[in-house]
Amino acid sequence: MKVTLEGISARHPAARAGSPAALDGLSLALSAGEQVAVIGPSGAGKTTLLHLLACAIQPSAGHLELDDRDPWQLPRRALQRLRGTLFLAPQVPPLPPRQRVVTAVLAGRLPRISLAHSLRSLFYPTGLAQAEAALARFDISDKLFARVDRLSGGERQRVALARALVAQPRLLLVDEPLSALDPTRAGQAIASLTEAARESGATLVTTMHDVPVALANFPRILGLRGGALAFDLPAAAVTPERLEALYAQHLDELKGVHSLLDVPPAVTQSPVAMTCR
Amino acid sequence: MRRAASASTIALRDPAWAGRVFWLLAAAVVLWPLLVLAEFKPWVLLSPESLKPTLRFVADFFPPRVDAEFLLLVARETWRTVAIATAGLALAMLIAVPLALLSVRVLSVSALAGRMAAMPALMRIGVRGVLIVLRSVPELIWALVFVRVVGLGPTSGVLAIALTYGGMLGKVYADILESGETHATTSLLRNGAGRLQAFFYGLLPTSAAELTSYTVYRWECAIRSSAVLGFVGAGGLGQQIDSSMKMFNGAEVSTMLLVFVALVALTDRLSSWLRKALG
Repeated sequence: MKVTLEGISARHPAARAGSPAALDGLSLALSAGEQVAVIGPSGAGKTTLLHLLACAIQPSAGHLELDDRDPWQLPRRALQRLRGTLFLAPQVPPLPPRQRVVTAVLAGRLPRISLAHSLRSLFYPTGLAQAEAALARFDISDKLFARVDRLSGGERQRVALARALVAQPRLLLVDEPLSALDPTRAGQAIASLTEAARESGATLVTTMHDVPVALANFPRILGLRGGALAFDLPAAAVTPERLEALYAQHLDELKGVHSLLDVPPAVTQSPVAMTCR
Repeated sequence: MRRAASASTIALRDPAWAGRVFWLLAAAVVLWPLLVLAEFKPWVLLSPESLKPTLRFVADFFPPRVDAEFLLLVARETWRTVAIATAGLALAMLIAVPLALLSVRVLSVSALAGRMAAMPALMRIGVRGVLIVLRSVPELIWALVFVRVVGLGPTSGVLAIALTYGGMLGKVYADILESGETHATTSLLRNGAGRLQAFFYGLLPTSAAELTSYTVYRWECAIRSSAVLGFVGAGGLGQQIDSSMKMFNGAEVSTMLLVFVALVALTDRLSSWLRKALG
């Protein structure tokens, strides 16, 4: 899916009316099938950007176009149909604790099936092979019939990613997909995600805290700071100086690139334990 | 840095304290005239002139009547009472579930981004209004109405319970669905699922246990209230209690009250078993 943003301003989805905008005059263009990682310090507007692209929040100013159509000009029914071709995977996996993994994964295809079919699938799952294949990409297919509340945080995150694949969206928006995964799993998960998006031709936008993983897996990097684009570059052109400028005063969040930046460890071990994600 | 600076300026006193004291005092000021108005005088219970007739009335209850003929009658009427309560509650659920789904804000697609659209908002207010009317008329009044329409017998009890309990269930179902964890549901809606799909895949699994245990509790209440309805001729154990009371036959009344205790205990077991099965 082709994405165009022109001078977009928007508030955080949980923000109250009247609070300052999390995105401020952002302009951006993504072509169909492109894969982009969004990096930047906490509060830069990464989550807001994803919600905006998912048509979950309305921009307060500016113009958004998905495949040359302004979603907010569409009638409500058409907008909901359009939402069925987008998929936003929030940072906290949105899985009911008492649901089984198979149901949670197959819930990704709800926009594509009828109500009668979705009820029949609750009685006996109709897409077992599909669910198993999606879980297998994240190496968790053995949990197919386990209940969500029996899973660890990392396992839940991978189940949520499997649901994103089952949804077969044309624009896939993933918020911090690796926050609960160990480095090996994280590398495997991001590889599966980019590979699946490439196979289906979906446009993929991912926010990332782990800058080295983002640089290694995505051809195009967006640096977001204070609700505006600090840079929009191919991964190879993202220099340590740019990263340092992007994360200035938030260097404790720039994990894994200290050797690159040669930052004294005293700064990285900031006394403030609380991070406001 | 900014966080550290603000931490040092915060005084170590709970700012919510004054408000808490105020509301406590306000509650006392409001409650006192209410107690006066309700003639709340518990010491009257222990005065000798009221204690004696009370004790005589209660003494009538012992021993309960347990001969086979009477027990058979009680068993049949108990069955009828349970049947009235169950049928009434089933009809009540038929009323309550669609109304609750219509009035739940979480399942609104237009409320996903910003304010709910005008028409759905009006419809939700309307549905809430219907639920209020249904449950604000006591089942006793509905029963008196239906006894005139369909005549004496269990049917009027069933219909009365269906209407009042439909209103109660609808309101509480909606409240349970609203107050639970809604992240899963809004995520599904946001990703393009339909309202009912989002309900079955998101909202229902998150609140199934609570909905079930509330429904079983209401079933228990329906059994109790079908007894009260029996007093106005809606059949079941209540009607038997009514006639035994009129004959001053305390022994029969106490047997039937014991049956009620047993029924309530049974629903309690059922509810906790269901909670465990669904939890």
